Amino acid sequence: MKAPHITQARTTSALLYLSGVTVSFDGFKALNNLSLLVEPGEMRAIIGPNGAGKTTMMDVVTGKTRPDEGEVVFDGHADLTKLDEADIATLGIGRKFQKPTVFENHTVRDNLLLALAGQRSWYRLLLATPTADENRRLDEILAIIRMEPQQHMLGARLSHGQKQWLEIGMLLAQDPKLLLVDEPVAGMTDVETETTAQVLKEINRTHSVVVVEHDMSFVRALGVKVTVLHEGSMLAEGSLDQVSADPRVVEVYLGR
Amino acid sequence: MITRFLWQGMDRNLRLFILLVLAIGILLPLSNQLLPVGSAFRAPSWVLQLVGKYLCYASLALAVDLVWGFCGILTLGHAAFFALGGYCMGMYLMRQIGTRGVYGNPLLPDFMVFLGYKELPWFWHGFDHFWFAAVMIVLVPSLLALALGWFAFRSRVTGVYLSIITQAMTFALLLAFFRNDMGLGGNNGMTDFKDILGFSVQSDTTRAMLCFTSALVLAIFLVIAAAVVGSRFGKALTAVRDAESRMRFLGYRVEGYKLFVFVLSAAMAGIAGALYVPQVGIINPSEFAPGNSIEAVLWVAVGGRGTLIGPVIGAFIVNFGKTYLTGALPEVWLFALGALFIVVTLLLPKGVVGLWNQLNSRSRERRARAVA
Repeated sequence: MKAPHITQARTTSALLYLSGVTVSFDGFKALNNLSLLVEPGEMRAIIGPNGAGKTTMMDVVTGKTRPDEGEVVFDGHADLTKLDEADIATLGIGRKFQKPTVFENHTVRDNLLLALAGQRSWYRLLLATPTADENRRLDEILAIIRMEPQQHMLGARLSHGQKQWLEIGMLLAQDPKLLLVDEPVAGMTDVETETTAQVLKEINRTHSVVVVEHDMSFVRALGVKVTVLHEGSMLAEGSLDQVSADPRVVEVYLGR
Repeated sequence: MITRFLWQGMDRNLRLFILLVLAIGILLPLSNQLLPVGSAFRAPSWVLQLVGKYLCYASLALAVDLVWGFCGILTLGHAAFFALGGYCMGMYLMRQIGTRGVYGNPLLPDFMVFLGYKELPWFWHGFDHFWFAAVMIVLVPSLLALALGWFAFRSRVTGVYLSIITQAMTFALLLAFFRNDMGLGGNNGMTDFKDILGFSVQSDTTRAMLCFTSALVLAIFLVIAAAVVGSRFGKALTAVRDAESRMRFLGYRVEGYKLFVFVLSAAMAGIAGALYVPQVGIINPSEFAPGNSIEAVLWVAVGGRGTLIGPVIGAFIVNFGKTYLTGALPEVWLFALGALFIVVTLLLPKGVVGLWNQLNSRSRERRARAVA
């Protein structure tokens, strides 16, 4: 793995460190001097009204968007503003999109194989076959997401719920240090929402997680520290009860 | 390891199909050579020439399908790679003429004498040798594809913008090759070929060999393409086609994947073009015409995009139609081509092969229901 922008000394104990990050699109500041710290092993919920900059923040962390100003440091030493998506993913940041995106023309097993941590270079993959070790990992993950019977089914033929499960399986296969999850319960029933909260807590035992979500009952079910974004900056931070008692948060969410 | 690589993408249908291609490539030339003239089973020379030409088109279609069908890059300039391979072969064939040209100049081909060249341009050196021309046939299209792909894929040019760039590339080459001072025959191109590897290009034996070689090359391309798309690389490639940004966030460097198939495909197109030229006996700038590249995409669409058999079948169907219609009803051909494009887009999104699969699975279901 090449890691051109990794300096030796650790500058922060935080797993993810954002300081003074500003992103503007044609003069509109999607992020305005945003600072944020996520500790190793932490699960953090990020809430905020539409246009608060939640998705832009994820884009900056995963290398899709370059910030105009500010620092973004992962694991204390990797400068994410200098790396591209592939480098950042290889460093150990996974991203789950709002809409489940599985590879529709691939089987469930091949979806997991593509996500499996390890082989990424095109010339090695020309000759590679899945190793015994990789097959064992795939079997394990298929068991965890309870999709062994569907493993040879094409992604396109899965139900919405099955796609969500497969995507979670793909994230497990990718085994990132930090997982960014974008609105995981949009369009879900109450029961599914509850199950997803359980699954995220389960994943949080071994991975750090940042969840962006609108659904307050879901955030409550997670029971973790909450960051409120508004107009590209951090408005408040604390437990859900603390931030919902904050008059500024109430104003932003309910309007004057 | 290499044999495993080459066999990994093969299924039964494809193996049968490759055997069919080889059977055509062996039986037609053999019948021409061994059976007496007048026998009902003897393929006349013009059939060999026609089939040989179609086989080259089929190789070009397969090359287009590799990038469009399996990687989602809609190339509208692939005929340029085909023509470049053809020009390299044309240059070799020109050098074989020697003193048998109209002007009988031992150093310069006829068109250079005609245009008043004093000496051979530098880039013509080496083309006296077949091995050199063979290397160039692969190298020239590959390097152009490498340069274009390197800049386009790194700058993340995708979709219709990439299509326009490829179209502009072939158009630029068309204009360049039209110029007399390119040193490649200008408007008229190169023709009047005499020998290839010491055999007369006009003789039936050479025609038979060229037809056979075209079939062999197509068969080899099918094996290579099957191996590539059947590998883990191929799985990643189709995943790039279906959800490119998802692949990036999984840590794949998408550019490398695109560049590899693009260059491989350009090399295949170049070889197909090189085999095409001695069979039609001429290479000129009209091979770069944008319409040619678009037609190649149409062959793939008709046969079935994203399948390996489809482009071959599509190339044969459309070109057979073209040969027939341009002879019987020349004014109708362009309308037929346009109509075909509309019909395929609206009614047969997966082409002939897709239709075949659909009918097959439907009759299988019916049979299953009849049993139950």
